Amino acid sequence: MTVRAVEHWLLDPLHGFVREAQARLVLVMTPAGQVLAQSGFARALDVMASAALGAAIAASTAELARQLGQPPFPVLSHQGERHGIFLSRCTTGRGPLVALVVYDLDVTSLGLVQLFFEQLAAELVAASPRVAAPRPVLAADFERELDDSLNALFRR
Amino acid sequence: MTPGALGPILDRVTRVRGVRGAMIVSGDDGLIVVAQLMEGVKGPAVAALAASLANRLGRALEAAGLGASPFWHLQAEQGALLVVPTPTGMLVVAVADPDVNVGMARLELLRVAEVAR
Repeated sequence: MTVRAVEHWLLDPLHGFVREAQARLVLVMTPAGQVLAQSGFARALDVMASAALGAAIAASTAELARQLGQPPFPVLSHQGERHGIFLSRCTTGRGPLVALVVYDLDVTSLGLVQLFFEQLAAELVAASPRVAAPRPVLAADFERELDDSLNALFRR
Repeated sequence: MTPGALGPILDRVTRVRGVRGAMIVSGDDGLIVVAQLMEGVKGPAVAALAASLANRLGRALEAAGLGASPFWHLQAEQGALLVVPTPTGMLVVAVADPDVNVGMARLELLRVAEVAR
């Protein structure tokens, strides 16, 4: 399974996770939906749609948790007939990250995905660079940065 | 039967000398339903990996035309893993010392499986 990353420190931990958990699709993104790494996706459009939806689910459930007066739910899992979706977050030196994992139920299990995600989260914390000082997002840069990210994620 | 009610049933397994912990695990997703574990036993990891192994072992036995396995025992240098699958897809799992009385542990695992089915 091919793993692509915008930021190279994500590559090794993600490779290990995909291999061990036997995940079908993986997205690592910021809570805002900016994709940092992906595995298994063939089309940029799918990545962008999945990232937007994953980030939206993470934001909705975080708000639900806030209204219940508790910290954000650490894990969200949906199981269908053939596939499962696992959404979780971790805090790294790079800032909080959200991971969206899709897995085949006849290949792996929620328990395995969860187990190896804990390992991935620990490796990401260890490998992450310290967060850079935030800079203003300029409209002029936005399209170029998005293009650069998609090029890195799909080697276009 | 609720997970709370299953807890005391695991006492039967954990009372066997040399058993470090026992769990009832959902075989499909590898998650713990109920567990009694000594400190240091990584329950979620054992549950997830044992369920994965049980799944593959079941497929191998099926492919070989051998039918279902009522009990399996993995002996390692520093301990043993004992598993009884139930017809409903649960697994009764024990983590034990290398010198555990396997016969006694097996008997108790089968009794728990009978109740948990």
